[in-house]
Amino acid sequence: MSLRTTFAVARRVLTQLRRDHRTVAMLLVVPCVLLTLLWWMFDGEEAAFARFGPPLLALFPFIVMFLVTSVTTLRERSSGTLERLLTTPMGKGDLLAGYAVAFGGVAVVQAGLAVGLAVGPLGLDVNGQVWVLAVVAVLDAVLGCALGLLVSAFAETEFQAVQFMPAVVLPQVLLCGLFVPRDLMPDVLAAVSDALPLSYAVDAMQQVQRASGWTGDLSLDVAVVAGSALAALAVGTGTLRRRTA
Amino acid sequence: MVNKMQPETTGSAVRVDHLCVVRGGLAVVPDLSFAVPCGQVTGLLGPSGCGKTTLMRALVGVQKVRSGTVQVLGRPAGTPALRNRVGYLTQAPSVYPDLTVAENLGFFARVLRAPLAQTGEVLEQVDLADHAGSLVGRLSGGQRSRVSLAVALLGPPELLVLDEPTVGLDPVLRRDLWTLFHRLAASGTTLIVSSHVMDEALRCDRLLLMRSGRLVADNTPQALLDTTGAADIEGAFLSVIGSAGNGSQSEGVVA
Repeated sequence: MSLRTTFAVARRVLTQLRRDHRTVAMLLVVPCVLLTLLWWMFDGEEAAFARFGPPLLALFPFIVMFLVTSVTTLRERSSGTLERLLTTPMGKGDLLAGYAVAFGGVAVVQAGLAVGLAVGPLGLDVNGQVWVLAVVAVLDAVLGCALGLLVSAFAETEFQAVQFMPAVVLPQVLLCGLFVPRDLMPDVLAAVSDALPLSYAVDAMQQVQRASGWTGDLSLDVAVVAGSALAALAVGTGTLRRRTA
Repeated sequence: MVNKMQPETTGSAVRVDHLCVVRGGLAVVPDLSFAVPCGQVTGLLGPSGCGKTTLMRALVGVQKVRSGTVQVLGRPAGTPALRNRVGYLTQAPSVYPDLTVAENLGFFARVLRAPLAQTGEVLEQVDLADHAGSLVGRLSGGQRSRVSLAVALLGPPELLVLDEPTVGLDPVLRRDLWTLFHRLAASGTTLIVSSHVMDEALRCDRLLLMRSGRLVADNTPQALLDTTGAADIEGAFLSVIGSAGNGSQSEGVVA
């Protein structure tokens, strides 16, 4: 691993992103618009917004980063630049870490905007510390990045990469406790839910909203989300092959 | 008809011994052996699909090989120690279209740990200094492939493996690039340049003619013309294939 190379990659990814105004807008504006839509839909029912708001703060960065990263890395794989990079001294981990740093940075901005909007103008009631919401959102974005990097190894076209969204992301969204609390699910599904990282991210958001202090459960949630992101990055690194057929 | 009179160990930048590459159940390169001398421009010629790209990928260590050995600058191809000593130009330009020319070079220079000052030099070499601030995606195909070539020149590498570097370029630019290749060779760089345009063969110090994954000739252009009595390399190629007697083999599947 080389920090210098990691930052070179991160800087390059951010430069590319800066040129792509539409994607920047999608990354930063869409989560805020959706949150506002949710708030408007509940039309003053604070309890309902309080129930769905925090999980959505976990979902947006996850989904958006998953999509952006899977397509971007796939482009790198198919354009020949990945092959070229793998003939250079660059470590495989440097590349993925560079992506994670760049998109993690974007996630900080995204999470800041979405959390700020939710607890500010939209009046989301949070008992815990607001900055913890942002930290969980950023971890969640990195998790989305890591899974996106991972699935891009199994897609041959951008079209296929996008199809991984319903396959990999939607089951996690259904089982994360947003629609049915996890302890009310049938045993099998509760067990599956326990194995999915997004469940812990949503749980963390709900913890912050309910309890004012930092709880043991919250530590566990944060550790699982961060651990899953690292594990997905590690497996993603394994899918980069210097030699191909 | 393969002429194997290369120097044994010294003076060879590349040594390939009984290389066998299988792709999709097909022996794209069944059994290839040759050596490439240091500080020369060696042309790798043959029709599209004859295995040139596969061979070049084996030289830079990104091709899975079934058997055989590939030694580059005295080490097995693709070993970490070689990664900033070998420059590789892929056939399709592998640079980022949404970055400017200068940003592309800056990024690759950082990755290669080459001094950033070199980016200006290599742009001069490929005659793109005027376009440093242009987005690569807005350049013409020929300009884009020259940006890719400029990246390959960063380092600077001791061995340059160039897959069809002159495709789609106008004759003046092609001549300039060949002058550059010879200048690099004169300063000690070894170049392996593939082409499917036979008229470029005469510009090479040495030629490897390939067909269906096999080497049909390995000689200097002049010796090739002399031994076959052909008027040009195209004629020599046909004559060599004729005498090798492997008339109509399948064209293979690789680009």
